[in-house]
Amino acid sequence: MSKDIRIRKGFNLNLEGEANKILVDTHPSKTYALKPDDFFFSTPKLLVKEGEKVQKGSPLFFSKQNPRIHFVSPVGGEVTAIVRGAKRKILEVVITQDDAQGSVHHDIPSLESINQEQVKEVLLKAGAWPFITQRPYGTIAQPEDTPKAIFVSAFSTAPLDVDYDFLLKNNKAEFQKGIDVLAKIAEVTLTADANFKGFFEKVANANIVGIKGEHPAGNVGVQIHHINPINAGDRVWVVNPEDVANIGMLFSTGEFSAQRTVAVVGSSVKNPQYYKTTIGASIHSLLQGAEINDAKPNRYINGDVLTGVATAVDSYLGYYNNLFSVIPEGNHFRMFGWLPFVDNKIPSMSKTSLSWIFGKRKAIVDTNLNGEERALVVTGEMEKVFPMDIYPMQLIKACMIEDVERMEVLGIYEVVPQDFAMIDYSSTSKLEAQEIIRKGVELMIKEEG
Amino acid sequence: MNFLRKSLDNIKKPFGKGEKYERFAPAINAFDTFLFVPNHTTHKGAHIRDAVDLKRTMVTVIIALLPALIYGIYNTGYQYFIQTGEAFTFLDAFIHGSWKILPMIAVSYIVGLTIEFIFAIYRGHEVNEGYLVTGLLIPMIMPVDIPLWMVAISVAFAVLIAKEAFGGTGMNILNPALTARAFAFFAYPTYMSGNKVWVSEASNIDAISGETILGSLAAGNNVSYSFFEMFQGAIPGSIAETSTLWVAVGAFILIFTGVGSWRIIVGGIGGAAIMGFLFNLWGANALMSFDWMNHLVVGGFAFGIVFMATDPVSAAQTNQGKWIYGILVGIFCILIRVFNPAYPEGVMLAILLMNVFAPTIDHYVVEGNIKRRKKRWAAAQLKTA
Repeated sequence: MSKDIRIRKGFNLNLEGEANKILVDTHPSKTYALKPDDFFFSTPKLLVKEGEKVQKGSPLFFSKQNPRIHFVSPVGGEVTAIVRGAKRKILEVVITQDDAQGSVHHDIPSLESINQEQVKEVLLKAGAWPFITQRPYGTIAQPEDTPKAIFVSAFSTAPLDVDYDFLLKNNKAEFQKGIDVLAKIAEVTLTADANFKGFFEKVANANIVGIKGEHPAGNVGVQIHHINPINAGDRVWVVNPEDVANIGMLFSTGEFSAQRTVAVVGSSVKNPQYYKTTIGASIHSLLQGAEINDAKPNRYINGDVLTGVATAVDSYLGYYNNLFSVIPEGNHFRMFGWLPFVDNKIPSMSKTSLSWIFGKRKAIVDTNLNGEERALVVTGEMEKVFPMDIYPMQLIKACMIEDVERMEVLGIYEVVPQDFAMIDYSSTSKLEAQEIIRKGVELMIKEEG
Repeated sequence: MNFLRKSLDNIKKPFGKGEKYERFAPAINAFDTFLFVPNHTTHKGAHIRDAVDLKRTMVTVIIALLPALIYGIYNTGYQYFIQTGEAFTFLDAFIHGSWKILPMIAVSYIVGLTIEFIFAIYRGHEVNEGYLVTGLLIPMIMPVDIPLWMVAISVAFAVLIAKEAFGGTGMNILNPALTARAFAFFAYPTYMSGNKVWVSEASNIDAISGETILGSLAAGNNVSYSFFEMFQGAIPGSIAETSTLWVAVGAFILIFTGVGSWRIIVGGIGGAAIMGFLFNLWGANALMSFDWMNHLVVGGFAFGIVFMATDPVSAAQTNQGKWIYGILVGIFCILIRVFNPAYPEGVMLAILLMNVFAPTIDHYVVEGNIKRRKKRWAAAQLKTA
């Protein structure tokens, strides 16, 4: 057992609308969709046409960057729409469910005798490969690489984030199996809340590390930085806890598993709780049980309120997120709202607001920018929410001027845009740090080829 | 509120996108956002944002400045009346000070904000709030009898040369308010130094000497004030710099709200104390043997280190760098006071000097971080090899 790690910088946002620990099935979704935009820096090449029948686990498209990586259908049915955007970019591949189509079955060698290459081969063939992402850059892992470690973070600190111990309560065996499979590729480090490790404490075949700290201590990149930092040329792979269970199920049943347990959270949700559904399910099906307070316009977010993707209510669940947030839009004016010590109901890290007095109270937040974008004036505030030995402002500026060499030495390999979410949040100048880092990372990938 | 909002939206119509006066939108927006935090919502990045913004930050600095300003207004009147020997009340002193100082503040804001608005329209960005602080700081660090036209020219020089020439708010190397003072100091020395400028109307009345404490020390005279008089601030000097007590109240506000860097303030006081103490040990002349504690409460040191050195744009930007920067400001301030009798007050030049070196300090701090990372890479490669 490793020692617990304490991450000292960060800030927990205490928001209204946390999910109750109740797990129910969602209303059935008629249609499902994969959205290529969910896969960072991966261009889809279609394998199906509209009207084609597909089985659960049949490939829908593959990645142009690496044709070995296939993206498979989460359900059996018929491809009913391929939604394209500007420049014919593929936005959604929509499948209308029809269980009569059945699912693709794979022969799985026994776990005792299987080697690393065979594990990779099964994951690739079955379409479970996209569950594995890599650091640096946060793209889908390259099967040709050998990672120095695989990280699974079961510690979540993002606002209203899920409790993985509860979320996986019915999948403990599958989770262990998934860890066993991944351990064939590289050493697995499993992180959990140091104060309550839950069933993760007893997981075998993994190096279990307890983490203490406030957001973004739950970000796997922050944990990697403190446990096994990435150097130039290193690869560390990352898998979400539920996808570990999905991989476990694949190796038990021989069929692609697309289980997704989603907590619907936020102050606009009347029944914030956990819903068992499938990757790519329609948001309508998810929200039917949750009941949304839609007297005023809401923002629907695939993911948490800091890093998620704003989504239309008639769209589909994202590929990776266990969280779906609904909060009110903030399209309103606040008279003299710029005066210090007014509007203290808005949670603030800054002591120019009295909100710290009400730290225990759950806040209702909306999407108002609470100010306007300005030149960078205040210094030192980014460091307070950036628990890595990296100078965030200097790295952001290097990304802004597209100085690749500078980005490299300042630590771009260790970060993904999500690690800068709290900087977005707390910035006095309303800086779009995640956006800047995303562009920086894209530039790095292009430069490295 | 709704009625006001609607009328404002009506007024703003001709300044909208594609409308006739679109390019003047930054000007009207500056007034609008002064009344209302706008209805802008997040479009990319985090969906929720902190309540803090630059307006709030800058207004906090202004609040922190007010105690020193109000005391400065009173002290202006107080110095005037004890010089003439008339009997006076608190109100008399305050009114005399207001007559002197409020016009300077008005001139500073009118000239400075006009330039800011013109540049905002010309460059097509919103008006930055930084000048709200700079515009108040400039009169606060001037001698009381400086003519208004000199204030205007100093302001124009500072905003144009120290700030806009470098690209505007957030890009300047030197603190604009100190640049204004340095400009006036070198352009109009007779109005900025000597023993006739620090007390209101002193040159007309020709009564007792209104020399500053550092000025008389530099001239080899003794000081007739006690430590507590100097700390409380009923002494001649630039308008708002004299009271260390009320500057300390401002410092508390800045540090508590996190708007001012405590590292710079603590570092600066530490640096000045150590330097003053070392000179006390040496003690070769009146300035050297001037008690190190007194150094901290006379002249503009306290005001400079709290309100000028902490300007985040011109100070060092890394936390480690802020320590080094603060300590060096303190050291250089005392060094200039003691070794250069032509400039009895060292804090202005010390801060401007360190403004210039702040990027160098940051450079070495960041290089240290880069070296650490490279070492780690090298160690990892050695392990695998």
